[in-house]
Amino acid sequence: MFGTGLLKGLGVTLKHALDTFEDDRDSVPDRYRGSLDLGNNRRVIQQPIDQEGLLTIQYPEEKRLLPERFRYIPMLIWDSEKQEDRCTACGICAKVCPPQCIWIVRDSDENGKPVTRCSEFYIDAAVCMSCSFCVEFCPFDAIKMNHDYELAVYDRYPQLVYDMEELTVPLEYYAALWPTQYEEEQARRKEEEEQKRKQEEEKAAKAAARAAAKSAAAATDSAAAQAAPKRSAAELQALAKERAAQRQAQAADAGGSDDDAAAAKKARMEELKRRAQERARQRKEENGQ
Amino acid sequence: MTEGTAVAEAPANNLGLEQDLSDAVVGTWAEDTEPAFVIAPDRILDVLTRLRDAHGYDFLSNLTCVDYQGYGGKLRADIDARLEIVYNLYSTRRGGGSIALHVRVPEDDTVPSATSVYPGANLQEREVYDLYGVKFDGHPNLRRILLWDGFNGHPMRKDWHEAYYEEDAKPFRSRHPKGEYAFHEDKLPWAKNTTYPAGWDPDSWQEAVAYVPVSQAPQHEDEPHLDTESIVVNLGPHHPSTHGVFRMLTRVEGETILALEPEMGYLHRNHEKIGERNTWLMNMPFTDRLDYLNSMSNNWAYALAVEKLADIEVPERAEYLRVIMAEFTRIVNHTWSIGFILNDLGALQTPALYAIEEREMILDLFEAVSGARMMCNYMRFGGVVRDLPEGWHEQAAYLANERLPRALDELDRLLTENEILKARGRGVGYLAVEDLIALSVSGPMIRAGGLAYDIRKAEPYGIYDRFDFDIPTLPNSDIYDRYYIRLLEAMESVRILQQALRDMPEGETLGGRGGYTLRAPEGEVYGRLEAPKGELGFYLSSDGKTQPWRYHVRSPSYINLNALGPMSVGYKVADAIVILGAIDIVLGEVDR
Repeated sequence: MFGTGLLKGLGVTLKHALDTFEDDRDSVPDRYRGSLDLGNNRRVIQQPIDQEGLLTIQYPEEKRLLPERFRYIPMLIWDSEKQEDRCTACGICAKVCPPQCIWIVRDSDENGKPVTRCSEFYIDAAVCMSCSFCVEFCPFDAIKMNHDYELAVYDRYPQLVYDMEELTVPLEYYAALWPTQYEEEQARRKEEEEQKRKQEEEKAAKAAARAAAKSAAAATDSAAAQAAPKRSAAELQALAKERAAQRQAQAADAGGSDDDAAAAKKARMEELKRRAQERARQRKEENGQ
Repeated sequence: MTEGTAVAEAPANNLGLEQDLSDAVVGTWAEDTEPAFVIAPDRILDVLTRLRDAHGYDFLSNLTCVDYQGYGGKLRADIDARLEIVYNLYSTRRGGGSIALHVRVPEDDTVPSATSVYPGANLQEREVYDLYGVKFDGHPNLRRILLWDGFNGHPMRKDWHEAYYEEDAKPFRSRHPKGEYAFHEDKLPWAKNTTYPAGWDPDSWQEAVAYVPVSQAPQHEDEPHLDTESIVVNLGPHHPSTHGVFRMLTRVEGETILALEPEMGYLHRNHEKIGERNTWLMNMPFTDRLDYLNSMSNNWAYALAVEKLADIEVPERAEYLRVIMAEFTRIVNHTWSIGFILNDLGALQTPALYAIEEREMILDLFEAVSGARMMCNYMRFGGVVRDLPEGWHEQAAYLANERLPRALDELDRLLTENEILKARGRGVGYLAVEDLIALSVSGPMIRAGGLAYDIRKAEPYGIYDRFDFDIPTLPNSDIYDRYYIRLLEAMESVRILQQALRDMPEGETLGGRGGYTLRAPEGEVYGRLEAPKGELGFYLSSDGKTQPWRYHVRSPSYINLNALGPMSVGYKVADAIVILGAIDIVLGEVDR
């Protein structure tokens, strides 16, 4: 009969409307099941997989609960125990980066000899495609994906070119964002370190015997290094100076001196730590439920 | 023209050609990878005609070009023709693998157009003309397609460099370790980076609207007393119905379409040129951005082609994971597509929202496993990048066994019997399935015309030969059937999912050899799979280095647009929107 198809379809629409409406009338609607109430109308919602009816998340008051593997923009890890950056400036992340949005400058010591530490590290977040290859191929667990996606700024440049300071987060922050992966990694790292320590103990015994002979050679070595510095040392220094001047100018713009900048960075670290703890608490609560 | 040495009976016989055509074959290309025959340029049409008529190769899947200037490999040591046109032919009746034909062309020479044998060569030849500058003799409408007339040069040629060109191959040296970097923004001189072709003046240029075939459309003659006039109307580059920036240039008589010509390229970013600079692995996240609704199957198609070229094994569990992701993706795509066909019909939003309710849950699963909802970047050469997180399998099984079948049934109840959908869809946009095949159309469109051609069955890849599923077909080849076939296919996908989730073994998910230092051996490969929108193929050619020499995407959205004009003629303007919707295009993949 003409019209039965329409009527059937309308039945489906009615069911959807009722599902959604009915749910809305509950004091705690179905879709808030398993969500975290942060107070002040703010919530982190995880949509139950068996939820019926339409779900609208009232962003920005309400947000989705991000899965652990969520990837957005990379961050650099500051190892809080050892008080050092994990990055060794090996450059693998810059090499595998598909849009080539990572720039790394390897640091050098006072003799112009390259060291395993970077002096500058930039990620152009406007170009980054969030593929997470840098994380996948980093041999030192030094770069990880951040979950922070609210990065909107008014200008693309230079605000979206992140430098080392902006990229660096403490290890605890990472541990809170990626708990499962962090656990696995820690276990693996501990094992490796244990092995390394044993090897080094063996080595140290051997090395001690040769130390005396070596010290004489080392003196001549360093003299040679000073006589023939690396080609780009001067350029590097010039660049570093320029960059330092730029930073100072920026800091001056922001109405602060070097001390202020350091204080700001410290404050930011504290803030990040606080956020990490908050997140850890949230996760605990969620697991408790 | 390069005439190869006299020619071997053997390749001619392998090709299966009769004696009178055996002299057309002048050699083979890269025998150890895929069989490919080099054909004399003046005989290519004879060979194509014979292959089509006598050997059943009725489907011109891929037509592209390779620029071999500066090629470092051994395979072409004594060949001086710069460009090479590649044809990949398949048989839709018989199934099975392809025959690849190559035609060598010196720079600035012409090649006979294949459009007289395979009308589907139309868009692909225009693309080759646009990006490589090869002219095709006898092409009905040879003008630029992805780029505009004022574009200087042919960007896919190896010696063409863009503004701010840095280096030929990634990784760029300025990134590490010396700090000689410069941010592009620092040196961006706005508007000073454009060059025009010689003798071309931007100020006096006007876009010609009287394109063939729009200019050749018949005038209204049956009722001369009406004294009407046909006019040219641009549908787009936005609204129709916002599948993206796409323009349909139409000639209409009243509301009836007399001729229609697709115009595209608004989203063109020369994906393939980027791909030739990237290392093999770097292309993986870029494939996400082609058909951005189906990143999982894009990933798989690319991985499949590279694995074929470099001979990489995939562990068992990874094969299952790939099938699971690809079939979830198919459901996502088809429900999305159904929603938007209805949107185009004027059923604004309601069916679309109902259709994507479950999509949301599938995307959540994708996010949990890969880290992103749409740009998944999940597959690698030799497997998938991560195993499933805890609890994923249960959720997926719940979706596949309970929620999705219910949701698809509900969609069926909501729409299939609907009288308005029937009235608007039945008989609209009809094109016989033979014509669709000739136009190189693939995917749900031809299955809605009654031809059960699905690469998962015709040339099984991955582990599809292990699953029990059917290829639904419908007879009418109109909009209604194109809607319904997608629903039926999504239901079959659910069946595959249920089996895959049930049978998936434990074990490794990533084989060893596909890292970022991969050097694929010299040769060429054409790998394809049944993407939700049709046949998605990657044509890759390697000179043994860390970058592909040629990286070509045979995108179903783009090539299916061959049929848009022929399907729309004679219907109303309002129908043209739905006809476009029922082709199911994504502009990221059309324009590349």
